[in-house]
Amino acid sequence: MFSATEPASVSEPSTTSAIFGRLSWDSIPFHEPILLGTFIVVAVLGIGILAAVTKYRLWGWLWREWLTSVDHKKIGIMYLILGIVMLLRGFADALMMRAQQAIAVGGEQGYLDAHHYDQIFSAHGTIMIFFVAIPLVVGITNYVMPLQIGARDVAFPFLNSLSLWLTVAGAGLVMISLFVGEFTTAGWLNYVPVANIENSPGTGPDYYLWALQIAGLGTTLSAINMVTTVIKMRAPGMTMMKMPVFTWTALCSNVLAVAIFPALTGAFALLMLDRYVGTNFFTNDLGGNAMMYWNLVWIWGHPEVYVLILPVFGIYSEITSTFSGKRLFGYSSMVYATVVITILSYLVWLHHFFTMGSGASVNSFFGIATMVIAIPTGAKIFNWLFTMYRGSIRFELPMMWVVAFMLTFTVGGMTGVLLAVPPADFVLHNSLFLVAHFHNVIIGGVVFGLFAGMIYWFPKAFGFKLDPWWGKVGFWGWVIGYWVAWTPIYIVGLMGTTRRVRHFDDPSMQIWFVIAAIGALIILIGILGFIMSIVMGIVKRKELADTTGDPWDGRTLEWATASPPPSYNFAFTPVVQDLDAWYDMKKRGHQRPTGGYRPIHMPRNTGTGVILAGIAGVLGFAMIWYIWWLAAVSAVALFVVAIGHTFNYNRDFYIDAADVERDERERDRLAAAEA
Amino acid sequence: MSATPVSPDGAHADGEPHGHGDTHNHGSMRTYLIGFALSVVLTAIPFWLVMTDALGDPTATAAAVVIMAVVQVLVHTMCFLHVNTQSEGGWTLLAYLFTGIILLITIAGSLWIMHHLNSNMMPGLMSGQPSSLP
Repeated sequence: MFSATEPASVSEPSTTSAIFGRLSWDSIPFHEPILLGTFIVVAVLGIGILAAVTKYRLWGWLWREWLTSVDHKKIGIMYLILGIVMLLRGFADALMMRAQQAIAVGGEQGYLDAHHYDQIFSAHGTIMIFFVAIPLVVGITNYVMPLQIGARDVAFPFLNSLSLWLTVAGAGLVMISLFVGEFTTAGWLNYVPVANIENSPGTGPDYYLWALQIAGLGTTLSAINMVTTVIKMRAPGMTMMKMPVFTWTALCSNVLAVAIFPALTGAFALLMLDRYVGTNFFTNDLGGNAMMYWNLVWIWGHPEVYVLILPVFGIYSEITSTFSGKRLFGYSSMVYATVVITILSYLVWLHHFFTMGSGASVNSFFGIATMVIAIPTGAKIFNWLFTMYRGSIRFELPMMWVVAFMLTFTVGGMTGVLLAVPPADFVLHNSLFLVAHFHNVIIGGVVFGLFAGMIYWFPKAFGFKLDPWWGKVGFWGWVIGYWVAWTPIYIVGLMGTTRRVRHFDDPSMQIWFVIAAIGALIILIGILGFIMSIVMGIVKRKELADTTGDPWDGRTLEWATASPPPSYNFAFTPVVQDLDAWYDMKKRGHQRPTGGYRPIHMPRNTGTGVILAGIAGVLGFAMIWYIWWLAAVSAVALFVVAIGHTFNYNRDFYIDAADVERDERERDRLAAAEA
Repeated sequence: MSATPVSPDGAHADGEPHGHGDTHNHGSMRTYLIGFALSVVLTAIPFWLVMTDALGDPTATAAAVVIMAVVQVLVHTMCFLHVNTQSEGGWTLLAYLFTGIILLITIAGSLWIMHHLNSNMMPGLMSGQPSSLP
């Protein structure tokens, strides 16, 4: 039944049963030893974790304290856990590609067939952007932003929980595609014509579309939530121009996300219609146009990189200011640069397909618009440099990441300006030079900043710092590994090597890919170092503990409360007088009130978010496999549960003043014991 | 979902119980009815235009349908979503303008790009399109 001679492409929809749709035993890739081995490891680990949770009777705790939580801090932490877990998956894909390209030269074919290799590069890109970068950015925003503006939670706490679990459901579908059926082979944006039904009749593009529609809904709702929170829930006195820079960048990033995700959802919905009901939006027949799909997904795609990088610029700003012991240089220019980037990022999408043939006038407009973005971005770099200038810089881990970012990102920015020149792009389009460029800005910009942010705010979230020695291992692993891995790719790309290729004929190329593979292994050390810094941080949490709530001598309001903050964040809502509100309060000798606590109004936990997202995941799976009855049942269930939830009026409660007082006393006691 | 922008179900920054009777403009029965009637009319006209081919020209019909759709969007935002220049201290108007700019860029940009693409890449195939190639 599962002979080795079976074609590599599984799950051809030869027959469709009424009960299981096109799902059958053939859909499980038993003939792929790599997948089978991975599956066994994942199954053993998964069963082990489930058994441990059962043995220690943690299910109730998990459900009450985490899964149903609407606390923005816990939701933020869960986003970060999702992002780190998916980083491991995406990085495993990267290692496999690096190994394949290092081996498969000349007569050697490597260990991956073309169909498998195509799935790996598609999954790598999809996972790294949608399920690593977005959850990590959203997680940090979720955790930090409400604290920075002195709020008790986000504007719509239930929606926040729903957003998280929809993202998890999307990630779950991508993971399932590894073991049941296949993933798309059409690249990280599921490009037509490869993703059209006649070219990809299997489940791959459907997995992609349903996973991203569900996760994309979560991201859109989360963005609406964050925008509303910043606009409506700032502490008294915090005018727009007294907001911390991270809050500003989070606001602009989420405004951008609200604007662009509908374009992506629309493009995916049209492709779904093409694939499911036989319309011709993106085919070559009946007036369809495949390039319209590229146009629509890049209207989302280019602003999306700014959705990711803007909050990270905010993280760098907070860290530079804190560790230089100075107010940020050029705060208002930083804000205006952020706003300008928000608008400009919407005017450049065509530079992803200069070679499509729109002609000189269109290409010149978008080329110039792309180069113009370098100006506000450059202004930001100078602002950080001037903040450091004559500051008393403390080179702790977060600050090390900032410096590494400035050096690495600047190179990526310069290659970006090169690519923005349309004639140069005609040479470099679809080459590994381009691939090296966007890894340069995404690793050197977004990823470095996310690590900086996670290390910077970790003591706020857990009350102890990460282990600094292992943190440095992680830092040097990433920074050295990045350069070793991507410099050779820049070089072969400039020589004309194209991307998404699994085998090279020319043996003189092998050395570059071997060096790149070594670089990837050094990055692996970086990832393991970061994980070890968490593990060793937990082991040594007593000596790394922080009882003050302000371990780095911070400047913004999140450092004004305890570490970890109580569920209500602030016993009394702070009143903001100045930019860098907490630094200002410290300077004026601020004393925390010791009495007069009042009951605090808080949102109540609800399991509806988990349940709705779970049903959405089932709906996606049923649609992918043409299990129509299950799709109908889960669609009805979605409506019933969603409407049912609107009749739940038991949504809030009050924390007793006595409980608040007890929490605050406990914080004082801990701080006193330390002193 | 249950959470609507005009009645945050979350905690309020000042810790005071707001309930859900905030002072926002929720509109009146009258505005909803006007909106409903206009929506019905604005939906019926395009159907009538397409089904009877009253204008006799497909391009004119398509243009009329698009215009009706834009008017419909305005009706919805004003009658159902209560967008006006004063609500939420001007934030809704700002959001409205931003959306307009984004839509304009998206639609005008896409038309511009795809028009040039068609004229450059499909000489002879697209009737009535200018071609720069022989």
